[in-house]
Amino acid sequence: MRTCLSDAVAPSVWKSAKRVLERAGVEVKVPRSQTCCSQPAWTAGHPDQARAVARHTLQVFAGPEEVVVPSGSCAGMVVHAYPEMFKGEPEEEAALDLARRTIELTQFLARHGLDPGPAAPGPVTLHDSCHMLRVMNENESPRQVLASGGCEVREMQHTDRCCGFGGVFSINFPELSARLGEEKARAAVESGAHEVVSCDLGCLMHIVGVAHRQGIPIRARHIAEVLDT
Amino acid sequence: MSSRKRRSDGGVAYSDLDGSLRDRTIVALADTTLRGNLDTAAASWGESRDAMRRDHGLDDMRQRARDIRRQNIRDLPALLSEMQAKVREAGGTVVRAADGAEACRYITGLAKARGVKVVAKSKSMATEEIKLNEALEGSGLEVVETDLGEWILQLAGERPSHIIAPAVHLNRSQVAQLFREEAGTDDVPDDREGLVAHARMRLREKFAQAGMGVSGVNLGVASTGTVCIVENEGNARLVTSQPRIHVAVMGMERVVADWDQAAHILQVLPMAAIGQDAANYVNLITGPRREGEADGPEEFHLVIVDGGRGALRGTEFEEALSCIRCGACLYSCPMWKSVGGQAYGSPYSGPIGAVITPLLEGPSSPSSRDLPFMSSLCGACGEACPVGIPLQDLLVRARARASSPDTRKAGLAFRAWSRLWRHPSTYRAWMAGWRLMLRARGKGGWATDLPGPGGGWTQVRDMPTRWPPRR
Repeated sequence: MRTCLSDAVAPSVWKSAKRVLERAGVEVKVPRSQTCCSQPAWTAGHPDQARAVARHTLQVFAGPEEVVVPSGSCAGMVVHAYPEMFKGEPEEEAALDLARRTIELTQFLARHGLDPGPAAPGPVTLHDSCHMLRVMNENESPRQVLASGGCEVREMQHTDRCCGFGGVFSINFPELSARLGEEKARAAVESGAHEVVSCDLGCLMHIVGVAHRQGIPIRARHIAEVLDT
Repeated sequence: MSSRKRRSDGGVAYSDLDGSLRDRTIVALADTTLRGNLDTAAASWGESRDAMRRDHGLDDMRQRARDIRRQNIRDLPALLSEMQAKVREAGGTVVRAADGAEACRYITGLAKARGVKVVAKSKSMATEEIKLNEALEGSGLEVVETDLGEWILQLAGERPSHIIAPAVHLNRSQVAQLFREEAGTDDVPDDREGLVAHARMRLREKFAQAGMGVSGVNLGVASTGTVCIVENEGNARLVTSQPRIHVAVMGMERVVADWDQAAHILQVLPMAAIGQDAANYVNLITGPRREGEADGPEEFHLVIVDGGRGALRGTEFEEALSCIRCGACLYSCPMWKSVGGQAYGSPYSGPIGAVITPLLEGPSSPSSRDLPFMSSLCGACGEACPVGIPLQDLLVRARARASSPDTRKAGLAFRAWSRLWRHPSTYRAWMAGWRLMLRARGKGGWATDLPGPGGGWTQVRDMPTRWPPRR
């Protein structure tokens, strides 16, 4: 799954994810007809509009393959919210099936013991995105994958704290959102790393966008791009 | 009307702020003293709570607490009938109030009928919710808050910023200033012990005059008709035993079946709330004073408030009723920690407040329009909740239930979005258009001024037009 944010802002993210998987010996298909997991509408409180888009996603990803997503948030959407979204709908079984087959990129690599080869040397600091951490219940796989690729991780303070992105929240409450982003960017700088890395592009766009506006010197890359060097 | 009331220390009393929720967050974010106070409180809670998880198995206790509370809510009508019967057997009076106004009418009427002049109160969020103080004062009664934090707020003319620690947004020197103003003298110490001693002295005088004590209820135990009131200061013990009449105000969902359940919840509550494995005082009250007993009130009245709760049973929001009001979700919430509880403008703040306030006030209330949206859905609240309420899911459902011009406008936009994004061809066309726009707006790899909803983005941050972004 490419993710709509990658399509919109950073196609290099899904392309890196594809290369990383292929380097690890995985056969990868990227369905051209895919669009979005529908999270923007779902979390904004428009479940019917979300369901119509998610229905398309169910069709695109029907089939027995594991669905690997370079985003803890989009993966979490499918794994956690699809069962609720399609409860009592004709597609309920298909939704549960897709939820079972969907997994985030670094989880997939770690779970199957795959080695994509050397990563960028770092040092980087890893932001635990909230949905990766609390919906996918995962903070080990990204660290494990970075470590086995030889990338040095310098942990920042409160890495499990929200960066303030939160999808529509970032637009509805920009000041509050930016304050949390600023705290995150400063914590990242203080870690001694020059680059903040995460499994979620949304968080990174927000953190680096706030940092750039405020002149905080930190760069950002998606974890797939760090693994793809 | 002046929108901000300024305390004499220069701080803003956020509960009196007008304007949108977003406006209130902007004011709160600018208050560095507030941020410092909240950070200190939340950090100290975090450390104590971690100790509870590490040394006392709080995480293991959650599942049982969750199961107990879910069962309680399923059995609620039967538990309430049993509770009612047992309280009456013990000589107490039980009143079921459909809403806050009815509860206030009853309590005010009772006070009038008994010739009460002064009402002493212990901390109670239910009475904040039903606005009892306003009702009592409106009928000419004097109301004294006897919980230290609540008394501080009464002096400041503010509302609670936290369910358990109502004045947590104020620091010691701010409190000392309020005490000096109340006492009309500069002769008030500003160390912690001195402040507490001062408050105790002032409040003891009031207990002697109070004809009625009003408390909240942490738990009702149906099997014996007992109300449990958990506290750390001892003031609730005085409120419930000193005056001639004790009125306990209980949200209808706060009832457990028996003592086995109560014992578990009473352990989990202080662990989650303040990181203590036991509360300093747990008052267990069954009816009024009985013959031969040395103390206790002559009359005991239990007022059970529905206030919109009953209608939540059987809905997708039912889990919210299992809340034990520990406040853990507030301390864990990055939004609450950033702006404090008063910016929410509702008695209950933080994640649980953002969920239940609109439910209790109705889908077209101002709270419903704003509150559920003030969350990044980070899930720290659900993780902290000792009874496993999936608060982030409830927030999403609360958003879907909200109804306002803003949400209807967003609904139209998402309808268009949905039409375009459910077909690959229109999705790709949309993406191509978006990337063109981004490139056109970008300068040196960054867009600083996006149109439409993107304006909310670029108001505070830039948008990278190349990825990985340039420095």
